Amino acid sequence: MSKNKKELIKICISLTLLIVAVLIKSLDQYVSLGIYILSYIIVGKNVVIKAVKNILNKQWLDENFLMTISTIGAFCIGEYPEAVAVMIFYQVGELFQNYAVNKSRKSIKSLMDIRPDYANVIRNGKIESVDPDDVKIDEIIEIKSGEKVPLDGIIVEGNSMLDTSSLTGESVPRRVDIGDEILSGCVNISGLLKVKVTKVYEESTVNKILELIENATTKKSKSENFISRFAKYYTPIVVILAIALAILPPIILQASFSMWLARALTFLVISCPCALVISVPLSFFGGIGGAAKQGILVKGSNFLEMFSKVDTIVMDKTGTITKGVFKVQKICPNNIDKAELLKLTAYAEYNSNHPIAVSLKSEYKEVLDTSKIQDIQELTGLGVKARVYGKQVLVGNLKLMKKHNIKYEEAKDIGTVVYVAIDNEYAGYIVISDEIKEDSKASIEAMKRMGIEKTIMLTGDKREVAEVVSKNVGIDEVYSELLPTDKFHKLEDILKLETGSKKVAFVGDGINDAPSLARSDIGIAMGGIGSDAAIEAADIVIMTDEISKIPTAINISKKTIKIVKQNIVFAIGVKVLVLILGALGISSMWEAVFADVGVSVIAIINAMRAMRYNKSLHIV
Amino acid sequence: MKVKYILEDLDCANCAAKMEEEISKLDGVNSVNVSFISTKMTLELAEENVDEILSKVEKIVKKIEPDVKLRKV
Repeated sequence: MSKNKKELIKICISLTLLIVAVLIKSLDQYVSLGIYILSYIIVGKNVVIKAVKNILNKQWLDENFLMTISTIGAFCIGEYPEAVAVMIFYQVGELFQNYAVNKSRKSIKSLMDIRPDYANVIRNGKIESVDPDDVKIDEIIEIKSGEKVPLDGIIVEGNSMLDTSSLTGESVPRRVDIGDEILSGCVNISGLLKVKVTKVYEESTVNKILELIENATTKKSKSENFISRFAKYYTPIVVILAIALAILPPIILQASFSMWLARALTFLVISCPCALVISVPLSFFGGIGGAAKQGILVKGSNFLEMFSKVDTIVMDKTGTITKGVFKVQKICPNNIDKAELLKLTAYAEYNSNHPIAVSLKSEYKEVLDTSKIQDIQELTGLGVKARVYGKQVLVGNLKLMKKHNIKYEEAKDIGTVVYVAIDNEYAGYIVISDEIKEDSKASIEAMKRMGIEKTIMLTGDKREVAEVVSKNVGIDEVYSELLPTDKFHKLEDILKLETGSKKVAFVGDGINDAPSLARSDIGIAMGGIGSDAAIEAADIVIMTDEISKIPTAINISKKTIKIVKQNIVFAIGVKVLVLILGALGISSMWEAVFADVGVSVIAIINAMRAMRYNKSLHIV
Repeated sequence: MKVKYILEDLDCANCAAKMEEEISKLDGVNSVNVSFISTKMTLELAEENVDEILSKVEKIVKKIEPDVKLRKV
């Protein structure tokens, strides 16, 4: 029989006895007192035993001890039914509270249910099921469909669909094939995979994420620190007030001692700050867990709290607002076929690994036949010169065209423009630029709706490009042509402007801007999955590269803080109200028990809302 | 040095806070976190006298909530 069930049975028996004693008036005085005492012992024995143990341990201000004092006190002043009823009510409340705590503990556990229990490692031709901790780098593991990926590695055999939702919050499965990197914590949906392990369990993604979430609650928020300070003083103060209430009025006013004692006893019932001590950390835990489920890792309760106060978001352009991948946007041929122009350009760039060259080659798609290329010359600061299919091809910037006296047409497009000349005749130009992410515009709009007053973009890119991008997505301020160190100084200037309680967040890809991530009030790294540097430097890590996760994170942080505030105001409010009413003799022990356990239960239920992030609220 | 415990049957949130407060005052304990929700205690200790410190930690836990069982992770 479970602990809770036993308690429930005790409560029922005790309650029946109480009703009997109250209803049957004809009972002998001592018999009815006997029934009250029996009923009290059945329901309250454990509380009294705990109280005695705690006194032996010199724990005076323990809840059990105070409960015992107040009920025994009620017995002494002849309020038998009240004494028993309060104990019953208290136990019912405790039961509810335990239930709520267990339920939230379970939900939190399921949020973190990404820990792999075993790994199927192939040793000496046989499959052994071992603890992921015991697998070494370069060993081959097998992952069947439906199993969790236990360690990070590279696929050496098989292909499959992966459910990455526990890491990224992304519900669409991802296709993986031989040679692809695979991260622990994902679930293999369809095929059988063989994976060469590249990281031990300690270093693997799943373990890092779990450690991060578990340790997040050790970095306490201001609200939590307030609650711990409050809890430290609250109980002693209430107990001192209770003693004063029992002693002073009878002495000073010559009032009835038993009446004031009864009032003092109600104070003791309300002396536990439990509602706050449980519900506030629970809300933060829930918020952090709920964010993790969306692929947003928050490294501390303090950051979740601070994020709700952000009013300025500074973003790096490349990798945050744009994809950071260069793509051919436009081909403008001059007296030549479009496909032919691209082909010759791609061939000329054969040797180069520059992002621009890579984008040209990937746009061409076909395999380059090396026998058709001769005399490739890299012309530093200008471009390249090569003989392709017997033709002299020049690919490069305006200066290159001028140098060879080629009559060109200047392009007015935004982006990087590559001019091409074939056999010293102008052949047209190709525009290459970084693409804006699909969700950038809607995300910036959502941020504004959520109270972000200023969005700022920093970039090393040219002014024209920066302005077009920022106009397209609706950014308020742009600073362009910045060197990496300039970005950091610009951020410092922005931080200086910010006064009061408002905060500045910086969003970057986490690879090049670690100093900025560290310097800002809140550093947010995008695309953190698999990148240790990003996880290290940032306060909040967005696992995917979706900018839309930023409004989601703002939403979660605001919701969590709202719940925390509601609970603080509600719990303290009800307690203070019942204390005042109790001192005036208006409220009795009944209200006091509600102010104690009833408030706890309500606060816990409210706190659990922080865990759920409603997808239908998804703004982007 | 990091030591983690699971505190089975940790029922009282205020007790968890009290444990954290008292344990943090021990010599040799650099930091301590008692999470009522995950029922985990995480200790960051100095390298010396580890056994002695841990027995003190255990005593404090038992003193504040006698029913709690400590299990090292």
